[in-house]
Amino acid sequence: MSPLDISPQRGDAGDGIGGRPPRIDGLAKIRGEAAYAMDQPVEGLAHAVLVTATIAAGWVRGIDRTAAEAAPGVLLVLTPGNTPPLHAASTWTGEAPPTSEYRPLEPEIRHVGQQIALVVAESLEQATEAATLLRVDYEAAPFLADFTVPDAGEGQDLPPLTIERGDADTALASADIRISAEYGTPREYNVPIEPHGLTARWDGDALTLWEPSQWLDGMARNYAEWFGIGFEQVRLISPYIGGGFGSKALALPHGAIAAQAARMLGRPVKLVLTRPQTFTAFGGRAATRQLLELGADADGHLLAIRHRGWQETSRNGLWVEPLNAATALMYEVPHLSSRQRVVPVNTVTPSAKRAPGENPSAFALECAMDELAYALGQDPLALRLRNEPGRDPHSGKLWSSRRMREAYAAGADSFGWARRNPTPGAMRDGPLRLGWGMAAGTYPVRRSAGEAMVRILADGGVEVASSTSDMGTGAYTILAQTAASVFGLPLARVRVTLGDSTLPRAPVSGGSQMAGLMTGAVDKAARAAREELIGLALNDPRSPLRGVANTLAVAEGRLIAPRGEAPPLPIAELLTAIGRDRVEALRDTLAENGLKPEDRYRAFTTVSTMRAPTDGEYSMHSWCAHFVELAVDEALGSVRLRRIVTAFDAGLLYNPRLAESQIKGGIVMGIGQALLEGGIVDRRHARVLNNNLADYLLPTHADIPPIEVISVGEPDPHASALGGKGVGELGIVGLAAAIANAVFHATGKRVRDLPITLADLC
Amino acid sequence: MRDFAYHRATTLEQAGPLAARAESAILAGGTTLLDLAKCDVVRPAEVVDITHLPGLADIRADAESLHLGALVRMAAAMRHVAVRAACPAVAQALALSASAQIRNMATLGGNLLQRTRCAYYRDPASFPACNRRTPGSGCAAAGGVTHHHALLGTSEACIATYPGDLAVALVAVGAVIEIGTRWMPAEDFFLLPGETPHREFALEPGEIVTALCIPASAASRRSAYLKLRDRASYEFASVSVAAGLELAADGTIADVRLALGGVATIPWRLHAVEAALTGRHPTPATLREASLLAMQGATPRPDNRHKLDLAPRLVHRALEQLLQGDAA
Ligand SMILES: Cc1cc2nc3c(=O)[nH]c(=O)nc-3n(C[C@H](O)[C@H](O)[C@H](O)COP(=O)(O)OP(=O)(O)OC[C@H]3O[C@@H](n4cnc5c(N)ncnc54)[C@H](O)[C@@H]3O)c2cc1C
Repeated sequence: MSPLDISPQRGDAGDGIGGRPPRIDGLAKIRGEAAYAMDQPVEGLAHAVLVTATIAAGWVRGIDRTAAEAAPGVLLVLTPGNTPPLHAASTWTGEAPPTSEYRPLEPEIRHVGQQIALVVAESLEQATEAATLLRVDYEAAPFLADFTVPDAGEGQDLPPLTIERGDADTALASADIRISAEYGTPREYNVPIEPHGLTARWDGDALTLWEPSQWLDGMARNYAEWFGIGFEQVRLISPYIGGGFGSKALALPHGAIAAQAARMLGRPVKLVLTRPQTFTAFGGRAATRQLLELGADADGHLLAIRHRGWQETSRNGLWVEPLNAATALMYEVPHLSSRQRVVPVNTVTPSAKRAPGENPSAFALECAMDELAYALGQDPLALRLRNEPGRDPHSGKLWSSRRMREAYAAGADSFGWARRNPTPGAMRDGPLRLGWGMAAGTYPVRRSAGEAMVRILADGGVEVASSTSDMGTGAYTILAQTAASVFGLPLARVRVTLGDSTLPRAPVSGGSQMAGLMTGAVDKAARAAREELIGLALNDPRSPLRGVANTLAVAEGRLIAPRGEAPPLPIAELLTAIGRDRVEALRDTLAENGLKPEDRYRAFTTVSTMRAPTDGEYSMHSWCAHFVELAVDEALGSVRLRRIVTAFDAGLLYNPRLAESQIKGGIVMGIGQALLEGGIVDRRHARVLNNNLADYLLPTHADIPPIEVISVGEPDPHASALGGKGVGELGIVGLAAAIANAVFHATGKRVRDLPITLADLC
Repeated sequence: MRDFAYHRATTLEQAGPLAARAESAILAGGTTLLDLAKCDVVRPAEVVDITHLPGLADIRADAESLHLGALVRMAAAMRHVAVRAACPAVAQALALSASAQIRNMATLGGNLLQRTRCAYYRDPASFPACNRRTPGSGCAAAGGVTHHHALLGTSEACIATYPGDLAVALVAVGAVIEIGTRWMPAEDFFLLPGETPHREFALEPGEIVTALCIPASAASRRSAYLKLRDRASYEFASVSVAAGLELAADGTIADVRLALGGVATIPWRLHAVEAALTGRHPTPATLREASLLAMQGATPRPDNRHKLDLAPRLVHRALEQLLQGDAA
């Protein structure tokens, strides 16, 4: 299907692609009927509790298990001393492990909260109590609490992120206008409402895991390698996910130890992390710092950007948050110098949180652009328009689509940007100073192969199946819409089954790639099934339509002869007549992604075949422009948002209602990032103090103003099979900068370190 | 598994002795008690549920006072017309507290006795040193992250902030706490940490708060509660102010009541500011100058120093609002 085929249905309220049906899983979720991974009843369950290190660095010399093992109901106590190693697994990027063994419980401690023991008991309460009875003997070692402590140093260079385009230093020196500023973002945590956890059950050498997962095949591969069993012997089940934002894509140490306990016990084991443990069992967004220098001529043409970035990682793992992800492609700039360093400290290894890279990158760049606009005495929007690049300044390739100008225009118009008085503090409402700020955002189009099965049933309904997961983003719904489009069926006649690793395969639901690649795979399989159905109708000796026409169409669940040669035949009647109970097609999109059948396993269980946004003829990205109004109480320093307008280009929207929700969700998360969120580290202990949802502040309803989102996208045939670009991560990118810029507009104060709080503004 | 005995008390006479036993804890709405039990800060061996005690959930108002039973739920009190009329500051303090779910569960008595949110106090596994929890063990907060800690009423032993909102309003309007047959000004109910931070309330073991009484006054009827915080809802106060005002016929301030929350170890009555205002005309300059006295005697730390400025401004704002209310 080319994007043009489907344009008639775009934006209407139909059930096909482009329609706006609400989520098909919505009612079940609202009623509490949707059974999430950890809601699945499993017989004979034992309950596990994770015990974590209270020191930041050193060794566990020993753990006295006596009291815990003697406690009522206790079945097993695992410590570094009594836990046999597993096999090391290859990485999610597909690289072989550096060692042969993996120890989920290590005696060497590298951060507070590292898992050091597991207690399994008949009940959760018994395990919880017994866990407090372990006596841990530590040998403490010096540690680095975070990357601001002097001993942390400047860290290591990350050469792959170095960009030297032109001669930035010389160009800066000769620029008419220059600004230089440093921006910081704290550790930000994913804290999904559904905590991480799993139930693991062994049947002989077969392992079944009920675990929320953004990547069933990748996690199944990881478990298979850890336990030395075949990929097909692992079954991972994740029907729904209660939030992940990047943190539920990989198998994690707590999963390894829980599955290991289940194997050792010969009983299914359930482990759910406590809320504080969700701050240390896996990483959130790395803390970052960026030094940006921008130089422009007097008219506001950017001449040069000099960018230096620092980020945290852990002492034992490298996570790279590419801080120039937006810096390198947002604007036409001939000279760019960008370097990044990574500073290892005693923390859990940071990981993916919504728009890793683009998010902090755009925060710094878009604040700096605002600062430059003020230095030039120009409107921030006009400055951006002046520097709109005609092609990707980094790769030199043409954009597959970049409707940034349209986004600026639509956003500014709806917001009323033209009425803005640029002078800081000039716009008021009683005692409140109003701030109007704007910023742009971008997120790349990532592509991977997908696989799906589409089955036409005897009653004329259709089934769709894939191991991809619905994170709450709407995968169930848009994949049903994809099939509904192909068969002209109402949504109610399409059943979608996802989130089971025994189903046709799918790559990671991350990088905002799922919707594009899976609608492509489902569309392909659905068309194949439809072709086979039509072939049967035309050729099967028992078919009432045999020989009546050269071709048939399928609409509204019926086979239709093009010129009315025969009355429309319901699919169900055809299947009955030809004695079939189903017609099905399993298809993948390996070939479309330049892959061969033998790449299949690697393509779905690692990210090694994921294609970069510039792989191919074009540079492909989604775009957005945020416009924010807020009010600052000058005397008291409190910031309250009043309204947000975001216009975005994410190509064709498979379901505008759901895409708008994703953008809004990103905006809400961006509000938290701008004004509330941040891990607070007690540097004396390298401990995050606000490791709970009372103290780690996320926005409440009262913090969220009316949000208007406007799609300016058009189908992008290069980006995906049906013309969509990534949506899930786009909305958060640039939002914090728009808020920081609005705060400056209200107060004249530049706050360059997030979050922006009372203490900064009072 | 850690077991505990559960008693459902049906009379005060029965509840008192049960609650007086060592390792016994009173359970009202449970939103503090269960929370602290989960943090392992309290480990009661016996729990005495007082929510079935008769007669403790009434709200009554007469010419002399507003009577609030200790078992009245926060949500019920904040909505009650008599409360809104007799003391808007109390209704507002409750409405700005916690979340709707917590307000539906939590009682007024329990609210007064909520414990500090000091992160070091709340995590015994990580921070064994806490004089409030374990007398003489030290203070892990000193030298730590203290942006939420107190600037007023602190001692060497403890700098933990009293986090509640309701009590700030009660202290401002001179409420009285009823403890069975005993009465005590709200101001005396909360104990400064001094060298004994583990003694937080002027209650003897087994004593049960039975009611809160707000004496009728013009300043109480014309009162307000302002709460400043980063998040618009569901966050404890960074700084809060309860203010009540009565103007004399000549326009001078006849009576003014002020207390601060979020910055002190106990609800902090602003006697000095009140004294500087009483009998004066509420000119902008007078209000400003008097407000500046709010943080007299404060010991700031590097990460909470901004509250030195914020608190006086919030006091000023509250007074301005009460005066504007008059003009309207
Ligand atoms: C996340 C969160 C946010 C919150 N935010 C706020 C806020 O913004 N502002 C605010 O003011 N509060 C806030 N709170 C605190 C909340 O208001 C209190 O937990 C609640 O009011 C306690 O009432 P309860 O009835 O549940 O008390 P319980 O938990 O039942 O009891 C609390 C304590 O008081 C004792 N006790 C209870 N009743 C009596 C009595 N009658 N006589 C003697 N002793 C008694 C108990 O033994 C216990 O020690 C918050 C709480 C949470 C968990």
